[in-house]
Amino acid sequence: MAQAIAFYFIAACILGFAVLVVTTRDTVHSVLFLVLDFLFVAALYVLLGAQFLAAIQVLVYAGGIVVLYLFVVMLVNLKRPPEAHEDPHRRTKLGFGLAAAVLLELGAIAVYGFVNPAAPVPATAAIPVSGNTEQVGWLLYTSYLIPFEVASMLLLVAMIGAIVLAKREL
Amino acid sequence: MIDQVLIPLLKILIVLNATLVAVTYMVLLERKVIAWAQSRLGPMRVGPYGVLQPIADAIKLMIKEDITPVRADKWVFTAAPIISMVPALIVYAVIPFGPTISLFGRKVSLYITDINVGLLYIVSVASVGVYGIILAGYSSNSKYPLLASLRASAQLISYEVAVTLTLVSVILMAGSLSMVEIVNAQYNQHVWFVFAQPFAFVLVLIGGLAETNRAPFDLPEAEQELTGGFHTEYSGMRFALFFLAEYANMIVVSSVVTTLFLGGWLPPLPNVAALHFLYYVPSWTWFLIKSFVFLYLFIWIRATLPRYRYDQLMRLGWKVLIPLAILNLVVTGIVKVMLL
Repeated sequence: MAQAIAFYFIAACILGFAVLVVTTRDTVHSVLFLVLDFLFVAALYVLLGAQFLAAIQVLVYAGGIVVLYLFVVMLVNLKRPPEAHEDPHRRTKLGFGLAAAVLLELGAIAVYGFVNPAAPVPATAAIPVSGNTEQVGWLLYTSYLIPFEVASMLLLVAMIGAIVLAKREL
Repeated sequence: MIDQVLIPLLKILIVLNATLVAVTYMVLLERKVIAWAQSRLGPMRVGPYGVLQPIADAIKLMIKEDITPVRADKWVFTAAPIISMVPALIVYAVIPFGPTISLFGRKVSLYITDINVGLLYIVSVASVGVYGIILAGYSSNSKYPLLASLRASAQLISYEVAVTLTLVSVILMAGSLSMVEIVNAQYNQHVWFVFAQPFAFVLVLIGGLAETNRAPFDLPEAEQELTGGFHTEYSGMRFALFFLAEYANMIVVSSVVTTLFLGGWLPPLPNVAALHFLYYVPSWTWFLIKSFVFLYLFIWIRATLPRYRYDQLMRLGWKVLIPLAILNLVVTGIVKVMLL
């Protein structure tokens, strides 16, 4: 019962802050709502008993990436809203198109799930380690090794790209 | 009931109050030590040798006028001191001041809680504290605080990477992220990690200085260039909150370094039978003594070293500390695999 109340409260906060992120005029405020959003997502992880994931969520997203966002937003100083010099109708059409695509996709997922209900999730293979951090590490380096390596290659490519862009006369 | 509600609440109450008192007296200690280093006396008027100076300071700050600049972003301006103070205080939840002892026939552990991701919790909560500084600079709507907060955010992000990478090698040694388990590992392995990981110790100390904006890395508060730094527009109690947060963070860094490298609450040479009489000294005393050494060191460094230039700071962070941290991590990993 208490867990359900906590879940619905946290979920409501996540959705509410997410709406505020896209509706707020001031860019810095919207970045701040994003931080709050990430913190509540971390709270959700704690509720699920995944403390390691929660700590990483706060460390990487709330404490690392969004600080960089804030840094950029403060430097470029977006006092003037960007849509002032663009055709508003084009953006509206694009927005409706995207929203329709997402709606279609969600509908397809819902219908698919309804038509052939998923088989019950098989019990997770026995993991020979206990403890939150150890289990995440074990899964990353056994079952999910290839996605993990692909993700790190992606980061490496992004890093090389950033260096090449920043240092033209390398 | 008593074990689950009353004792944790009492512990939180004691730790919070002790921290706040310690923080105010840190300010006095810093003024005194710097005065001695410069052949002055420091505060002498309030109480004998100025020992009541922190109380006078607190009263002065509380009754001062609290000014919000007209063009400031009011909500963010109000929230910023709170955002920097709260992370500095909630970190104390996982710092172990001592082991589990029996007190009046009841088992009481001398830490508020021991979670299995303790060290990660400290790092992540500390990373949220950066927002206080950035937002203070931004919301003041004034150019010097903005410059200071840009400096602060770049500095904190850079050194956070180095410190976190270095901490990973300590975690490798201990095999656990829990603060209590890290201390126990030092007992079981018969060595304080300062001797097993001397490089990591130095890197974490330097990074800790930079993360708490202490001299020689106090660029966000370089008063000669920035008329005060990110808190230029703040006055009264809100200014005091920034001040207190900085000192609370210093105590956090000292406690973390003590726990990770100096065996936390363990007495010196805990495994030598001839020195077992040292266990008669309460364990938290050892913890406080070791932490105090680092706090004194921080003040000593501030009185001794000149401030870094900004480009030197960045070069040190990215081109020296991070490669060394990675090297240390790789060597630790190889040695650990070879020995097991």
